[in-house]
Amino acid sequence: MTARHRAPGRVAVHLLLWGYAVVALLPLVVMVLNSLRPTSEIFTTPLGLPASPTLHSYARVWTEASFSTYLLNSLVVTCGAVLLGTAVSALAAYPLARYDFVGNRVLGAYFLAGLMLPIRLGLVPIFYLMDSMGLIDSLLGLTLLYAASGVPFCMFVLSAFYRSLPGELDEAARLDGAGEFRIFGQIMLPLVRPALASVMLFQFVPLWHEFLYPLVLLRSDEKFTIPRGLSQFFGEYTTDWSALFAGLVLATAPLFVLFVLATKQIIAGLTAGMSK
Amino acid sequence: MLAVFLLPALLLYSVFIVYPLVTALDYSFFEWRGIRQTGFAGLGNYRDLFGVYPYDRQLWRAFGHNALFFAGTMLIQNTVGLLFALLLYRYGRGKRFLQAAFTTPYLVDPLVVGYLWSLLLNPTFGPVNSLLEAAGLDSWALPWLGDTRTALPIVIVVNAWQWVGFPMLLFSAALAGIPAEYHEAARVDGASAWQAFRRVTLPLLTPAIGVVSVLTFIGNFNAFGLVYAMAGSTGSPAGSTDVLGLLFYRVAFVEGGTEAIGRSSALAVLMFVFIFGVSLLASSYFRRRERRLL
Repeated sequence: MTARHRAPGRVAVHLLLWGYAVVALLPLVVMVLNSLRPTSEIFTTPLGLPASPTLHSYARVWTEASFSTYLLNSLVVTCGAVLLGTAVSALAAYPLARYDFVGNRVLGAYFLAGLMLPIRLGLVPIFYLMDSMGLIDSLLGLTLLYAASGVPFCMFVLSAFYRSLPGELDEAARLDGAGEFRIFGQIMLPLVRPALASVMLFQFVPLWHEFLYPLVLLRSDEKFTIPRGLSQFFGEYTTDWSALFAGLVLATAPLFVLFVLATKQIIAGLTAGMSK
Repeated sequence: MLAVFLLPALLLYSVFIVYPLVTALDYSFFEWRGIRQTGFAGLGNYRDLFGVYPYDRQLWRAFGHNALFFAGTMLIQNTVGLLFALLLYRYGRGKRFLQAAFTTPYLVDPLVVGYLWSLLLNPTFGPVNSLLEAAGLDSWALPWLGDTRTALPIVIVVNAWQWVGFPMLLFSAALAGIPAEYHEAARVDGASAWQAFRRVTLPLLTPAIGVVSVLTFIGNFNAFGLVYAMAGSTGSPAGSTDVLGLLFYRVAFVEGGTEAIGRSSALAVLMFVFIFGVSLLASSYFRRRERRLL
């Protein structure tokens, strides 16, 4: 190994990789640092550490620019959608994976087709559908739409998990006289729990970031999710850079926290899926 | 019994996903006045997109920008991602930290990335240009996002900054799957490092290259949030960053006029057919190349 890598080459590799690590992280560090100093300071010294760090901008963005509302809306819509989408899929994937009935395969294909269709293709009809149901500018409408968009992916993953469970499990329970709902709730569901966790996390990120649907479907400030609120906010606070940076940090922080908390769960879920 | 399990998912999915998709196709074949259908249009809406001002010009321009976006991303993001994966393969201490650092930007919302870089690249108060000036590169301190010649390349680079960790991780996983004996054998046969890479490693990476290419293609042709944040809904300056996603949004909800529904639906169908078709063709092409390897 050492014979093939001459010293100058090795140094260049280290420099390149660690140099790029700086390029990858520095913009995010600058984002946080600039949110901690007043706009006048950012304008006079674009490059620099905060002279006296202050959370003043966060306080303003949180209340004045109603980021607290945006965060709450994003949490309600995303969590609601992920729970609903996963719940209905966990129910539906069970008979599809473990029962033989007429139309089983057609139904499976029908759900799977959704994996390949871009839901943005239906944006205009969705707008008029929501309009006809009175769900424009409604968090409920957005939640239902988001939940539905996760169904194909959930069905795909959860069916595979149900199928991997041994058949003797439910047969034994059925012989013991357990009803179908009990078999589902007390035997099947606990066994696919690791899969449920990772399926939920994988739905969470794109929904948390979704921008086009809120842009089209939401109208009033008090209904905005974080991405929609952010685009509004950037139009209104154009010269208040300290607030802009604070807004960007507030929009980014929740997902970082989630990932730090959930990384173990994801890995557990993935490995549980592989070692059947 | 069965219905209790199946119905909720079936209902939710059919109403909010399948019905709108089928309806979009249907909408694209009708004439519209506002929200009223006034008759069957056949392929009229599709013809309008190619023949009626300003769509005839904007459609091809946006398509060209998407194509450049894809080409630039393949060239910059995916090549650099492969390079990082190769350099990190058997890299000692700090490997995990470097991998984590390179993938961090992709946890950030593309919209946030767009807004963040538009601030960083600001010609007057942005730290990027002050950094260039501090390094004595004054002639490089340009209004990056304000110039029609640099705006699109900058969008491509910023997008690459966000996503480079993704090809890196996929290529790393693929490299880890190549048996060590292959490299040993190449070395014993006297192959140089470059020959071993060109003749052994690269062909064995074909499946990973296929996956990365197809996903890059789909992602680039669906681009919206990042470009919206950096260039607004018109792809400023002067439409030099306009892409199909922005054009679709404008036709449907901003400047489509009374015929917005028909034309935007036609555009959505065209985009879908193109993206889906090319992805299918590319996937089968890569699968055939893989089979030739075995």
